[in-house]
Amino acid sequence: MDNLMLDSIDATTHLDQLEAEAIYIIREVAAECENPVMLYSIGKDSSVMLHLALKAFYPEKPPFPFLHIDTTWKFKEMTEFRDRKAEELGIKMLVHSNQEGIEQGINPFDHGSAYTDIMKTQALKQGLDKYGFTAAFGGGRRDEEKSRAKERIFSFRNKNHAWDPKNQRPEMWKLFNTRINKGESIRVFPISNWTEKDIWQYIRRENIDIVPLYFAKERPVVNRDGQMIMVDDERMKLQPGEKVEMAKMRFRTLGCYPLTGGAASEADTLDAIIEETLGAVSSERTTRVIDQEEAGSMERRKREGYF
Amino acid sequence: MKSLLKFITCGSVDDGKSTLIGHMLYEAKLLFADQERALELDSRLGSRGGKIDYSLLLDGLLAEREQGITIDVAYRYFTTDHRSFIVADTPGHEEYTRNMAVGASFADLAVILVDATKGIITQTKRHTRICALMGIKHLVLAVNKMDLVGFDTDKFDAIKEEFARITTEFQFESIQVIPVSATEGDNITTKSPNTPWYKGLALLPYLENVEVHASDDVKPFMMPIQRVCRPDHTFRGFQGQIEAGSIAVGDELITLPSHEKAKVKRILVTDQDRNSAHAGQPVTIQLDREVDVSRGCVFTKDNQLQEADGFSSTILWMDDSVLTPGKDVLVKVGTKILPGTVTAIKHKIDINTGNTVTADQLVKNELATCEISLSDGIVFDSFEKNKSIGGFILIDRVTNMTSACGVIEEALQSSDREDRNDSEVTRDVRAQQKGQQPLTIWLSGQTDNTALAKEVEKRLVARGYHTMLVDNSLGESVRQLAGYARLLNDAGLLALVPAGSTNGNDQAIAQEIIGQAFLPIEAGASIEEAAKEIVKRVVKALIPDSYSI
Repeated sequence: MDNLMLDSIDATTHLDQLEAEAIYIIREVAAECENPVMLYSIGKDSSVMLHLALKAFYPEKPPFPFLHIDTTWKFKEMTEFRDRKAEELGIKMLVHSNQEGIEQGINPFDHGSAYTDIMKTQALKQGLDKYGFTAAFGGGRRDEEKSRAKERIFSFRNKNHAWDPKNQRPEMWKLFNTRINKGESIRVFPISNWTEKDIWQYIRRENIDIVPLYFAKERPVVNRDGQMIMVDDERMKLQPGEKVEMAKMRFRTLGCYPLTGGAASEADTLDAIIEETLGAVSSERTTRVIDQEEAGSMERRKREGYF
Repeated sequence: MKSLLKFITCGSVDDGKSTLIGHMLYEAKLLFADQERALELDSRLGSRGGKIDYSLLLDGLLAEREQGITIDVAYRYFTTDHRSFIVADTPGHEEYTRNMAVGASFADLAVILVDATKGIITQTKRHTRICALMGIKHLVLAVNKMDLVGFDTDKFDAIKEEFARITTEFQFESIQVIPVSATEGDNITTKSPNTPWYKGLALLPYLENVEVHASDDVKPFMMPIQRVCRPDHTFRGFQGQIEAGSIAVGDELITLPSHEKAKVKRILVTDQDRNSAHAGQPVTIQLDREVDVSRGCVFTKDNQLQEADGFSSTILWMDDSVLTPGKDVLVKVGTKILPGTVTAIKHKIDINTGNTVTADQLVKNELATCEISLSDGIVFDSFEKNKSIGGFILIDRVTNMTSACGVIEEALQSSDREDRNDSEVTRDVRAQQKGQQPLTIWLSGQTDNTALAKEVEKRLVARGYHTMLVDNSLGESVRQLAGYARLLNDAGLLALVPAGSTNGNDQAIAQEIIGQAFLPIEAGASIEEAAKEIVKRVVKALIPDSYSI
């Protein structure tokens, strides 16, 4: 053996502990669940999840496919990134969109919350049912939103993909219960215990590739309700009085471009992003328009099957 | 690098747990500005008339906001200059004890709250016991609402003393008792001027400094196998997380339960080659020879683990259904899952006193010592020595619910076990295992009704009953037939006896031998109709309360 090889005698850090916990969970699912899939949203949390899956099984490739629910309104740079990563890593990337929704012209400008339901929630249920997945990994974190803070790591869903917060299975030690009956499924959140700060520090430590939209750059934007919305293609509908301007800005979370607010920023390196995040004055979900509704909206949506 | 402390808060409904944590985060300026704004906004609708209601930070679920109590475990994350924290706020109400146990199973330390105006109550004792059961070694007793007792040192000392008394039976490594006021902020982040007599640290500084990680690295090496990694025919590695001790390339391992020896050829810590690895790390280990190892097996260095196909244990029953001996379950220990049976409830443990009480059944939230037998041998250790292969869960085979969690005390030799001991395993245990009441269906009335009995049996089996037809072709006596039937009933089965033209006196003899499981039926003419009618009567007889026909 190479003498220069490191002995891992160094103390286990906070990030090592979180990484070990996530890898343990991912391996348990691969070992016990019949037909697992990892949901891939192209965001930074998904990039971390993908990275963890690669590390968990090395030198084997992850023994399950990845599934992207494409609303068709993602940033162009996101879909390009998705296709490039799948090709580079040799992983199986499935893409599903709600065809009925597309045919009916459902869009984020005219259909509001119905858009989220049809193009995300329904599309996700369709995608999972289409391939008969029994377990789906998601990148949800408990620090993101109050109802997520109470969700188990292995979150049981009934035949309609619904979550029952009052009747969650007890989750003891690391003894995860993956048993389900036909038609039921489990959502698994390996990075439940990570915070946004942990995600960024891990991305830096592991040198993980992320979508360039996270880095500050001059982009065409309109100012809407105090948030910068990027004009990513010609489908963007401007409201009266709105003007497209160039601004140096970046995104803290990524989703559908008309629903994802960015903020003015000079942070164009990972260190600068971390610096900005550590001193953050608002938690990341304020830039997601979906969460600006009344308290409890996310819990309601989750009960209906939203991830 | 900073270390991580996982802790829980527990106490009774009105002790103010959520308020305590909410206040700690708020005071320590650990909230994002928008969360703070939302909190102030929410508080306008809250219970403190415009003053900040810190508990709103944690009580996230709609039902909780409506009822004003914490139902499930809520996890919160914060970092100070000294430490990273994950805190699980657990429900205090008795109905949600299992959720508290979930929180406790994940934590290194527990902050137990008591109300200074009420002192130690039943729930304090119960929560202490659950913390001990789930393996927590470090406690903080936060005596809250000290402002309401005028920061009375006598009140505080009395509570402290009583707590010391109730914790003597457990093996906690450290206990700190701190006087606090969660709503007013005394001794939360800084020492309060109201308690000059308290010499210890305030709560947050205490949590930043308490040492909870006894060194797992010095224990003997142990790793349960999660999966075998075989990307191609040239590579075979065993993946898992090292739970205790350390391992280096060249070390000799013992594989359990196959008891083979092999040397470590290569160690991958995630995707990196390493010369050695230690407790807590996810690894892939390659050995220098072929071994018979799959998921659920265990690697050790000096084998001090136990192997058996049964063990005694303490369990917390968490299911809505009632547990009775004979219950079939799935048992998960470490990475091994296999069928098993709860063969005996030795005794219940009173959560308040710790006293043992004889019991033949368990309901939700009850603790008991139980014996569990397994369909095959497993590798395990006592929970005290190795949490990861000493704790287990029981899964209901029908509903798939996690019905119980438990800790292994000791191995049971097959000969000790109740399921091998006739005087202990009763007819009821065997019947319970089959989910039915034993019954003897005594068919009389035709010269030969074997064909009818066969038809009835077919229909009962189709309905899921466990049956046995007694062959009456060799001219056995009534006593012999009844003796067979009784034996079958003892085995928990429904016995079908085509008794032919037996008379009333014969039936009295049979009844005496068979007892209350005796169900005499006078068969009709057509097999088809008679069978249908008989099955109807049998099923009716099997429904409790209509047993006496």
